Amino acid sequence: MNKVFRHYIPATTLRLLPNRWDLVAMPLVIGFLLFFSIGARETWAPIATLQSEVISLDPANLPEYAMRTTLRMLAAMVAALIFTLLYGTLAAKSRRAEKLLVPVLDILQSVPVLGYISFTVTFFLLLFPGRVLGAEFAAIFAIFTSQAWNMTFSFYQSLRMLPLDLQEVSTNLRLSGWQKFWKLDVPFAMPGLVWNMMMSMSGGWFFVVASEAITVGDKTITLPGVGSYLALAIQHKDLHAVGYVILAMIAVILVYDQFLFRPLVAWADKFRMETTASQGAAPQSWVLNLIQRTRLIQRILRPITRTISRIGNMRLNLPRGPLNVLPPSSPATSRVIDWVWGSLIALMTAYALYHIVRYVGTEVTLAEVGHVFVLGSITLLRVAGLILVASLIWVPLGVMIGLRPRLAEKIQPLAQFLAAFPANLLFPVFVIVILHYKLNPDIWLSPLIVLGTQWYILFNVIAGASAFPNDFKEAAANFRIRGWLWWRKVMLPGIFPYYVTGAITASGGAWNASIVSEFVSWGQDKVVAHGLGAYIAETTAAGDFPKIALGVVVMSIFVVAFNRLVWRPMYAMAENKLRLN
Amino acid sequence: MNTYTEHTAPTPEIYSLKNVSRVFGKGKDELQVLSGVDLSLHEGEIVGMLGRSGSGKSTLLRIIAGLIQPSSGEVRYNGSPLTGPAEGVAMVFQTFALFPWLTVLENVEAGLQALQVERKASRKRALAAIDLIGLDGFENAYPRELSGGMRQRVGFARGLVVNPTLLLMDEPFSALDVLTAETLRNDLLDLWSGKQLPIKSILIVTHNIEEAVLMCDRILVLSSNPGRVVAEIKVPFPHPRNRLDPTFRQMVDDIYALMTDRRSADASTGKPELKMSSPLPEVSTNLMAGLIETLAAEPYNGHAGLPTVAERRLLEVDDLFPVAEILEHLGFAELKGADITLTDAGKLFADYGTQERKTLFAEHLVRHVPLAARIRQVLLERNGHRAPRVRFEQELEDSLTEAFVEKTLESVVAWGRYAEIFSYDDHTETFSLDDVEGSM
Repeated sequence: MNKVFRHYIPATTLRLLPNRWDLVAMPLVIGFLLFFSIGARETWAPIATLQSEVISLDPANLPEYAMRTTLRMLAAMVAALIFTLLYGTLAAKSRRAEKLLVPVLDILQSVPVLGYISFTVTFFLLLFPGRVLGAEFAAIFAIFTSQAWNMTFSFYQSLRMLPLDLQEVSTNLRLSGWQKFWKLDVPFAMPGLVWNMMMSMSGGWFFVVASEAITVGDKTITLPGVGSYLALAIQHKDLHAVGYVILAMIAVILVYDQFLFRPLVAWADKFRMETTASQGAAPQSWVLNLIQRTRLIQRILRPITRTISRIGNMRLNLPRGPLNVLPPSSPATSRVIDWVWGSLIALMTAYALYHIVRYVGTEVTLAEVGHVFVLGSITLLRVAGLILVASLIWVPLGVMIGLRPRLAEKIQPLAQFLAAFPANLLFPVFVIVILHYKLNPDIWLSPLIVLGTQWYILFNVIAGASAFPNDFKEAAANFRIRGWLWWRKVMLPGIFPYYVTGAITASGGAWNASIVSEFVSWGQDKVVAHGLGAYIAETTAAGDFPKIALGVVVMSIFVVAFNRLVWRPMYAMAENKLRLN
Repeated sequence: MNTYTEHTAPTPEIYSLKNVSRVFGKGKDELQVLSGVDLSLHEGEIVGMLGRSGSGKSTLLRIIAGLIQPSSGEVRYNGSPLTGPAEGVAMVFQTFALFPWLTVLENVEAGLQALQVERKASRKRALAAIDLIGLDGFENAYPRELSGGMRQRVGFARGLVVNPTLLLMDEPFSALDVLTAETLRNDLLDLWSGKQLPIKSILIVTHNIEEAVLMCDRILVLSSNPGRVVAEIKVPFPHPRNRLDPTFRQMVDDIYALMTDRRSADASTGKPELKMSSPLPEVSTNLMAGLIETLAAEPYNGHAGLPTVAERRLLEVDDLFPVAEILEHLGFAELKGADITLTDAGKLFADYGTQERKTLFAEHLVRHVPLAARIRQVLLERNGHRAPRVRFEQELEDSLTEAFVEKTLESVVAWGRYAEIFSYDDHTETFSLDDVEGSM
């Protein structure tokens, strides 16, 4: 593996946004989800029992299952990429669309993916009644939602930061909008996009495992894949099968990494903006080198690349179309349109809000709402507590590893691999232990929440410590700054921006993980902890839609509030006061 | 596509601008960048646009390129009004503006693709342009593999390959080192004099006076705040020009004097007196001390011509003028034409040690910069001797735009800290008198 020390910043953490827009976006997003599922639920009953393939625990089937899972991931990524290019462009190029699209995206990425999976499953089954295709789409959609938002933010931000001189030269050369999109917009956004794609992907394995076997009410849908194999293994209490599936997953992730993402990252390096030659080691990929150096592959690829570049070179619009010329000032008519657009959004929001309240109100009492908020607080406590514990462990270790380049080179890919590895595959092991020793689930289920996401803290801290300027290290040594003082004044401020980035990603993942980790089973035995995640999981299993909606809304509120009140200020501080350059 | 052949009619005038103004921002933040600019460009000439930063010369260039529309006034290109990006006008950028993900050849071809030139023809023209500009052998290199000078050659090739009528250059040599810049200038002039370029006229924006005199047939001098054309100078010397020729030197000195003269350099205020709401330039106390020391020492002994100082210290006009001007405001120097003379206070400052300098500077700061005096006074009057930054921001915002308020406060904070007349905490954004009398 190659060293990848670059500071990874999830695009979603980079933005700062006026809070009032959340008030608009939240009802819109939730309302939209509800509209589809209400209709879907009404038609739920008449559908014939879903034809789902029978899963077998024979390990010989695992390669095929792994392939199916991988294809689902790939399909979701392609969908996310197309979505990103369209949504990001629209949000960046239209001031009015931006006002609505960006806050909506902001909320979407705060809504727990696994929370609304029941809605989307219902919706897609309605689209393709009685066919497996609906369930396939639902699973793909779940993965899509875990990837798309991050990628879209990255693309949108890149478009907002296009260098002015390159924009001017595009206009001066009279490139058409289409040409500019492929010559400037996409290439400029490429490195960030690829990184976010890779990171989203590593999060995606978790969701594919969770979404292949899902029970909503009295319907259980299983799609052939790694996830449903695991579900069956759990049902049958087959520990060997759990072992096989873990091995299969390791293989799949390694293949994905070596054959798709390393080459992509290495290739995307040429789109970096820094025009100075090599700063540090450029990412390498043996697969990419092979492709680039083998004449035969080159010859096969040439017609494809040529066609692509030809498509990019087409003008595709009127030759004298209005190129983006800055108007001196905006006339009064534009203000009227702004006003109409603004009130339209407000009306839609009010309408959505009304429906959510009415829908949830059909079954849910105020006491229930209060109860759910209490559960939310319990989960919040769990998330915050475990991020703290994980930080206490991984920050010192990460620093020690990061300061030893040789070691970091070996550990860093491992940490990245662990972050990609779907932790839910390991849950059965914990469950067995808890059942065996009759441990208190409220305490002992908690580690599962950060089992998969703690690695983000580790590898960001390693990256931070590796990037820590040598001058500072030497200065600290020269002035004999040691011990606690060294941590407090030298190292911790130095890695803080990296740490915050890692912790934000970890905490976002933890909220999602709570839905599957507060409510786990082994055979017929169920282990349940108190918390909002368990609430959503239980109501999903019961197919109680108003309550699922309530749970999802409350969790979104917690996530948004936590981000706004804790992470954003910390991130802003890291950006403003503790930057090293 | 090629306007080159279409306009053989005897209209020597390519461009004409009449009464062109440009305002940025709205309401309180309105900033007049250009005001009533008239100019025309003719066939066969290189025109230079000289001005200090803030003179709107880059804005004017972009108006001519059709990248920005004027707020008012008329722009005629080949006789007809200009709307949108001008066809047949190529631009060369200070930052080179090359696409880093395209090779040299692909960068040069980019403009031809926009014109839908057929693939083979496009390749041929691009290679010819690369040849002409001395880049052969580098066709498949990426910009990051090239030196600055080579990168700017790609910029030239990309501009020339579309056979433009007019080549616009926005400080094309200022990001290059002195030697590389000189080579590139000479190469360009050789091609121009040898009639090897398809272009009919060149417009160069620069703040380097020597460069303008070396290259241009006509120089337009722009004032600042807002920008307008204050002088038009014909350069009669034949190419190649000799920098050391006394007539050449004389012209450079004259233009220096013209640009230093406050009435022509700055259209907004002619008075040296600072007001409470005057925007303050970002000049560090180190630079001030440095210039005072330079002037006080041999061979100047307190009196020098700014062009000489600039040349000796390898400084550009834009770097030197603000320092000289703030020294005048503070009463440490006097400016007359292109000459600067230290006052008695300035000479004293040069002789003093660190602590005495600070005391003298504090005295002058409070006396001559009303904003510094006001901050000090407010702090003295208040209980606890503290005041939030916002208090002064609001006061300044009545007459300055947000960006200027920011800059001005930054400057006054830096000067006040050096003079130890107040201290400022960036975390809490408050001014105070803490530690002011201390030895920190």
